[in-house]
Amino acid sequence: MNKKLLSLPFIFWSAMFVIVPLCMVFYYGLTDKSGAFTLDNILAIATAEHSKALWEALKLSVISTVICLLLAYPLAMILCNMNVNQNSFLVLIFILPMWMNFLLRTLAWQTLLEKTGVINSILSTLHLPALNIINTPSAIVLGMVYNFLPFMVLPLYNVLVKIDKSVINAAYDLGANGVQTFVRIIFPLSLPGMFSGITMVFVPSLTTFVISKILGGSKILLIGNVIEQEFTQTGNWNLGSGLSIVLMLFIIFNMVISVITDKEGEANTL
Amino acid sequence: MKNALVNLVNISKSFDNQMVLDDLNLYIRENEFLTLLGPSGCGKTTTLRILGGFETPDKGQVIFEGRDITNLPPNKRNLNTVFQKYALFPHMTIAENIAFGLKISGKSKSYINDKIKYALKLVNLDGFENRMPDSLSGGQQQRIAIARAIVNEPKLLLLDEPLGALDLKLRQDMQYELIRLKNELGITFIYVTHDQEEALTMSDTIVVMNQGYIQQIGTPESIYNEPENAFVADFIGDSNIIGATMIRDRLVEILGARFDCVDTGFGENKPVDVVIRPEDVELVAPEEGIIQGTLTHSIFKGVHYEMEVMANGFEWLVQSTKMVPVGTKVGIKVDPFNIQIMKKPESEDEEAIGVNE
Amino acid sequence: MIKTTAQKIYLGLIFIFLYAPIVTLIVLSFNASKTRAKWGGFTTKWYAALFQNEQIMQALWNTLALAVLSALIATFIGTIACIAMQSMKRTSRTILMGITNIPMLNAEIVTGISLMLLFLSLGAKFGFGTILLSHITFNIPYVILSVMPRMKQLNPSTYEAALDLGASQTYAFFKVVFPDILPGILSGFLMAFTMSLDDFIITHFTKGPGVDTLSTKIYTEVKKGIKPEMYALSTIIFVTVLVLLLLVNYMPMAKKKK
Repeated sequence: MNKKLLSLPFIFWSAMFVIVPLCMVFYYGLTDKSGAFTLDNILAIATAEHSKALWEALKLSVISTVICLLLAYPLAMILCNMNVNQNSFLVLIFILPMWMNFLLRTLAWQTLLEKTGVINSILSTLHLPALNIINTPSAIVLGMVYNFLPFMVLPLYNVLVKIDKSVINAAYDLGANGVQTFVRIIFPLSLPGMFSGITMVFVPSLTTFVISKILGGSKILLIGNVIEQEFTQTGNWNLGSGLSIVLMLFIIFNMVISVITDKEGEANTL
Repeated sequence: MKNALVNLVNISKSFDNQMVLDDLNLYIRENEFLTLLGPSGCGKTTTLRILGGFETPDKGQVIFEGRDITNLPPNKRNLNTVFQKYALFPHMTIAENIAFGLKISGKSKSYINDKIKYALKLVNLDGFENRMPDSLSGGQQQRIAIARAIVNEPKLLLLDEPLGALDLKLRQDMQYELIRLKNELGITFIYVTHDQEEALTMSDTIVVMNQGYIQQIGTPESIYNEPENAFVADFIGDSNIIGATMIRDRLVEILGARFDCVDTGFGENKPVDVVIRPEDVELVAPEEGIIQGTLTHSIFKGVHYEMEVMANGFEWLVQSTKMVPVGTKVGIKVDPFNIQIMKKPESEDEEAIGVNE
Repeated sequence: MIKTTAQKIYLGLIFIFLYAPIVTLIVLSFNASKTRAKWGGFTTKWYAALFQNEQIMQALWNTLALAVLSALIATFIGTIACIAMQSMKRTSRTILMGITNIPMLNAEIVTGISLMLLFLSLGAKFGFGTILLSHITFNIPYVILSVMPRMKQLNPSTYEAALDLGASQTYAFFKVVFPDILPGILSGFLMAFTMSLDDFIITHFTKGPGVDTLSTKIYTEVKKGIKPEMYALSTIIFVTVLVLLLLVNYMPMAKKKK
């Protein structure tokens, strides 16, 4: 038996449920309701309503990605230096929360952040000013960071833990101090994991419609919310597909960067 | 102790309650090629890491050029290390790798460029400036690692089994290369290996270690010809180690037969160990030998035949260029100069105890 | 010492950040008041009510059935694909790995709407079947990405040695190769199971009216207010997984110590 035949189910499945559906997004995005070719659906991004939603989504997802990176880098370094049973510990911290439904977890932040919620009660007993971020962009950023932080930590941890200890020792041996060793050795060697983490945080943040709906009230519309409405409420699939194509341009741009920097696939985690 | 470059004083180190080094004392002269030799776990690598600053001893001092550097971090020490697995920076070109230490210490661009050229020439890799480390063979990477260390003109170069990952032929070439480098540069080398042949080929001084203790310090010749105890004799080369009795000065009884020897001062009728190298065992006609036996095995090894002779209840290992058929009755004779007498350890423990100078 | 203390504080803060909402949910499951805003005293009545709530039990059943089925099928397809890819030339392997990565790197909302468009144009009836197909689709990459590294680490000589010793190809595979890649297959299955369980977005676009998973049920309840039974259910799921994880991780250690 030829072993290569074993890939047929996968190839068939991918063609049927990955490639063809993507082509259909392009087909719908580039045609109007009668099926004639048009660029209107894509150019619709320029309307005030849509471009505002895209801009808002870009802004919030970039902020979230940066915060995730700033939080995750020291965290990954600490985890690398710890001599615990790495795997079970990482699972405990990052995978376990996934077993509590993602919507419920996000919803719990509502309870925590509300004007009379848990955090504000604690703040007021400490006589500190109240935190009024529920239904603001800040709450959405918090929700994004909360949900996607693990996707930044895991690839970073994976590249950092693979850096040969003797390479770091060699840098010290050649006279570099801690800061110089970090800047010249550890940081450049962690770039593939960093880019992979950035992709894995940026893409879901940019395209989310759930987090904005739950933590942003109904006031803040992100591009994800617009597309979701076109499909589930307005029923204008052509417009929804057109906007999705615009969204995919950003995703593809991001993917290309991460593929170029991570040729070996070193940072792939899961 | 005169012109000692490095002095290790009463060094002790343990990991997880496991004693790795116990009260070790050692000095290294300027311009010496000193090898720490021993089986894995003998403490040789730990000694090197303490010198490099990657471990701090629990007790004792590291004196470098008269200064106590025990607690100095690695980047403040005027010495460099060549790591076991090369440890080149994978994201930098060869030139950037070599320039690393010089850039850190703020040398000028033209100085750095000259140094890179000079170092690459020294290790016979001219023109490799812009290659990446992973495009080089193991031997080439190793030479770059050496070049990267020596451009900083360290007083002392530490080498941690640098040839361990190379194949035999390359390893032999690199041994000569290292000797040449050392002579050209006039740097002190401390070399760690478990390969006795490597140690004998390159070193001025060999330090044989076992279980955290120094067993013997000496020139390659003295270590090979006059091992001080059974461990050293067994570890360096093949040997016949036989329990014997020292009858009096210059006469020893081995397996019931009396052999003349040259050693004195072991007392009378005292139990000792004797070491006889297999190439020193002479096979003669039965009546000319001091003891008689039968040849049981013979294997052709290229340069010589390796044979075993059963005589007086002991299997003698013999090396000779002359072939003797299996089953032949032979006599065994040993030149008095080739019989090495060693004090018998009084207990099991003592076998490991240091023979500090 | 100061450094390690600072590190521990940092870890602790991140831990609080990640677990605060979970603790909140667990606390809410014991809250006698129906609204999230007020604490109405301790009660376990939601746990009793949970098993009477047919809608939630149906959603739970759907969710578990989807997770098990999609993870099983994805594990099968993904594992045999890995075996095939191992014997392929570099270029074809790279192309297939590229295809594998599409659902991983693409936005879930795009995957969701693309599948929705596919099912619409095929005239498929939206329901359990369409959700299952979608879940298998996004689960296959997780399986491949956890089996493939194991596959690459395999020493080809052991398989050849088995053949040399007279084993048939099939026998050699199941006796020599399979045990080696089994950990990868298992972790791929678990990953797929978890992803299916936690998925909302793709299910949202591919589900039909009347069929709900826990996620979509919660989503429709967000505006009306979540039924407290839901908190009770997620607490039960969470605690079960936690206990299982602890058992798996600490049982082997306890055995070794004896």
